[in-house]
Amino acid sequence: QRCLSLIKSTKFLNAYITVAEETALKQAEESEKRYKRGQPLGVLDGIPIAVKDNFNTAGIETTCASNMLKGYISPYNATVVQKLLDQGAVLLGKTNLDEFAMGSGSTDGVFGPVRNPWSYSRQYKEKSVPKSHSEDKDSNWVITGGSSGGSAAAVSSFTCFAALGSDTGGSTRNPAAHCGVVGLKPTYGLISRHGLIPLVNSMDVPGILTRCVDDAAVVLGSLAGHDPKDSTTIQDNFKPFELSDLTDVSKLSIGIPKEYHAPGLSSEILALWSKAADLFKNAGAKVIEVSLPHTRYSIVCYHVLCTAEVASNMARFDGLEYGHRSDMNKSTESMYAATRREGFNDVVRGRILSGNYFLLKQNYENYFIKAQKVRRLIANDFVKVFGSGVDILLTPTTLSDAIPYMEFIKEDNRTRSAQDDILTQAANMAGLPAINVPTALSERGLPVGLQFIGRSFQEKQLLTVAKWFEKQVKFPMIQLDEVKRHDHGVFQHQKSASFLEHRT
Amino acid sequence: SKLFSGSQVQFAAPPNSLVSFFDASLPGTLPVLNRRCVEAAVMTGLALNCSINKKSLFDRKHYFYADLPAGYQITQQRVPIAVNGSLSYSLCIDNKMSQMVTKTVRIKQIQLEQDSGKSLHDDVRSQTLVDLNRAGVGLMEVVMEPDMCCGEEAAAAVRELQLILQTLGSSQAVMAEGQLRVDANVSVHHPGEPYGVRTEVKNINSIRFLAKAVDYEIERQIEELESGGTILNETRAFDSKLGCTVPMRDKEGKQDYRFMPEPNLPPLILYNARSLPANMNHQQVVNIDWIHERLPDLPSVKRAKLVEQYGILPEHSFTLLNEAGLTEFFEDVIKQTQMKPKKVIGWILNDLLSYLKQHSLTVKESPVSSFLLADLLNRLEKKEISSTAAKQVFAELWKGEGKTPLEIVKEKKLQLIQDQEDLERICQAVIDGQENEVMAIKSGNRKVLNKLIGLVQRETQGRSNPVLVKQLLEKKLSE
Repeated sequence: QRCLSLIKSTKFLNAYITVAEETALKQAEESEKRYKRGQPLGVLDGIPIAVKDNFNTAGIETTCASNMLKGYISPYNATVVQKLLDQGAVLLGKTNLDEFAMGSGSTDGVFGPVRNPWSYSRQYKEKSVPKSHSEDKDSNWVITGGSSGGSAAAVSSFTCFAALGSDTGGSTRNPAAHCGVVGLKPTYGLISRHGLIPLVNSMDVPGILTRCVDDAAVVLGSLAGHDPKDSTTIQDNFKPFELSDLTDVSKLSIGIPKEYHAPGLSSEILALWSKAADLFKNAGAKVIEVSLPHTRYSIVCYHVLCTAEVASNMARFDGLEYGHRSDMNKSTESMYAATRREGFNDVVRGRILSGNYFLLKQNYENYFIKAQKVRRLIANDFVKVFGSGVDILLTPTTLSDAIPYMEFIKEDNRTRSAQDDILTQAANMAGLPAINVPTALSERGLPVGLQFIGRSFQEKQLLTVAKWFEKQVKFPMIQLDEVKRHDHGVFQHQKSASFLEHRT
Repeated sequence: SKLFSGSQVQFAAPPNSLVSFFDASLPGTLPVLNRRCVEAAVMTGLALNCSINKKSLFDRKHYFYADLPAGYQITQQRVPIAVNGSLSYSLCIDNKMSQMVTKTVRIKQIQLEQDSGKSLHDDVRSQTLVDLNRAGVGLMEVVMEPDMCCGEEAAAAVRELQLILQTLGSSQAVMAEGQLRVDANVSVHHPGEPYGVRTEVKNINSIRFLAKAVDYEIERQIEELESGGTILNETRAFDSKLGCTVPMRDKEGKQDYRFMPEPNLPPLILYNARSLPANMNHQQVVNIDWIHERLPDLPSVKRAKLVEQYGILPEHSFTLLNEAGLTEFFEDVIKQTQMKPKKVIGWILNDLLSYLKQHSLTVKESPVSSFLLADLLNRLEKKEISSTAAKQVFAELWKGEGKTPLEIVKEKKLQLIQDQEDLERICQAVIDGQENEVMAIKSGNRKVLNKLIGLVQRETQGRSNPVLVKQLLEKKLSE
């Protein structure tokens, strides 16, 4: 209930598209009963969570922030949603995103942009200099990053304890960095995509957003494992794990890929990255510079493969079986054309057109096949580095802290995506697990995170290192008036945002 | 069930009642490969002497149409499941069953793919109704090389393929229910020159129509070329009422299907005994060798066995296999009768089959069971009745009134005279009454004997065994 009213008072963030108040309260009630009987379903029983609006939720609208699916009520739950519900989690609602998860700002959905809760934090307000008195104090709010901005904002503003996002080029880690929360991208094939409306089938993964690394491990434990409904999940048995406290990092080898010193990387983040490397070095770990030479091709490669898959995946939206259907009924073709023009925004349509171009017979070899080959090279870069004894890679997650919305929209979606995905994209190409850990506040009082990339299916090692780092940096809690004003109970737990402790 | 989803497959079910979330292309659903379909494709590939690709891939073929909900079909364009096989079939030369020749057509490949739904165009209300029951059903596309030269060959090849599929159980292959669909690609050329431009002929609904369509198209192309025209690489539809092919509504001209690998399906890996990893659960994989060992006898093998076992002619074996249930009927009769198979086959093919055809009945619907026929043939063997009489009994049995052969024989007084003395007496009487004929026979004209036999038959109302009568007459005449 606290969460629901907090959602209401933070409505200006526009983090939620749909709030499932009734069903959430019912689920919470059932959970209470179970606890009273001493039979909770698991650690997640009763924990409020939010889900990005590109996951199918039975009986609750799923829109992908698009006109094409406005009002669409799916008859089935995505596997990950079902798993959470089976554990007794309380589904608060569906969070906002860029339309069909295409974007790096969570600004291009039909329900409007998501506002970064840190825009309203004391930390940010103290540091920001108002340009003039008459200026609308609302106008310099910053973006959440994207495309899982709604989920990141929801977790960051305490309206839920964990949220599901998706990550295709960085869509979970990017907003996690900008909103100061933990964003985990699991290894491709570890968590089922059944029910996640796809962007790029060969790169998408469900992402996990939480306030601390331990929570991420708990959620991962309940979601990972083979799903017969998703033929790309691995067959091996998955054992959920608890994270131990790492005390000795001397056996660890941390790689610093030099190509991630990308053009446009802010000096602040560069310094932070350096400090982090030193942190590990001083604690006894081996920290070495490594090279991933094909990194600079990953954006172009991603562009070709992503648009090609998008063109294919969006072909099903023809207005016939579900979703928006145009009133144009002169012929089937004209109905298709009108439906798709009305249903999709420019970003989606742009990608469909590009993708179809790359898939044309005369272009297929030069673009699609070439991109697949480059993808293999990028993946091999990582194989080589990990094969040479490096355990974890440490890189920045974003080029800078969150920028104001008014500045972000000066460039178009494609330009922004190309810029912002550069540090996160390669992990999707290679299918590797990666995590953003909030590290420090920038000079402007906004969160900055750093990224750890691990070996395939070695989430345990990745999260263990991330947890150690989290403990070292002691990232500050967001100071939001709404949260303070609203709920002392939640505020009391600010020392540890883990819901493991919340329960006790 | 369907190729990538768990929906049932059933002909003529109520519209849109067999559609899963995946079949309707609901966003977020993913394909899961049906193992049984893979096994069926492997069986068919092996039966057609193909190489089975141990690794085959799935692709998306994109086009927009109302009966294709996802906007793409999942198929195998790059690497299909089986390649490079052959199909042997037989033809009668000059329509004579007695002269059969064996021909072969090469099989280019077999690929697995999804079927689309069905569109029903309602021109009256300018609307199209879409039924997705068929969407997603597994298809095996068998691609043949252009090794056939006329409608008859095409028909015979397809007929043999149909029998093979039915024997394997990989498809019921009933054309009327759309379980077997045939598109014919036809071109003509002068001997020695390269192949001409081909047209694709669709909408062929039976094997008979296949032969007609192919022959029509060949003639049409020859006429066109000989009058100075050209052949367009187009799709034509066969109009069964008019017996000709017509250009189909040109849907979109030359289509670019923008093929792309299907990212949600890993490569299909098949194993054989050698490549099977030791620790793999055999329930989880498809083992080509295991399937090979369990292949049933193919039609050609069955036919050879019938010829060898029963001493029937090759063309008989073709007819037996061509009619559903006929071989079983034949073998059932053999089991229950002392008559030699070589004689039984005549009754099966000449009598039973022709009656069935006349009344458009299947073997299953035959009013004469194998038991009854065997009984009848036994009586014939035991010379209780003559063969003419047997035919009469058969006709009676056909009426299906529940009477046994014995009852019919008694009713119609068809039993042969068994009493030898009686017969001798009649023979003698005939001899006595035909002095001229007797003299003719004695002086060397054996043919006249037949007249005497005929007279005995008349006297006995057909109830004498002509062979026996002949023997008796000859004996008496030589005395």
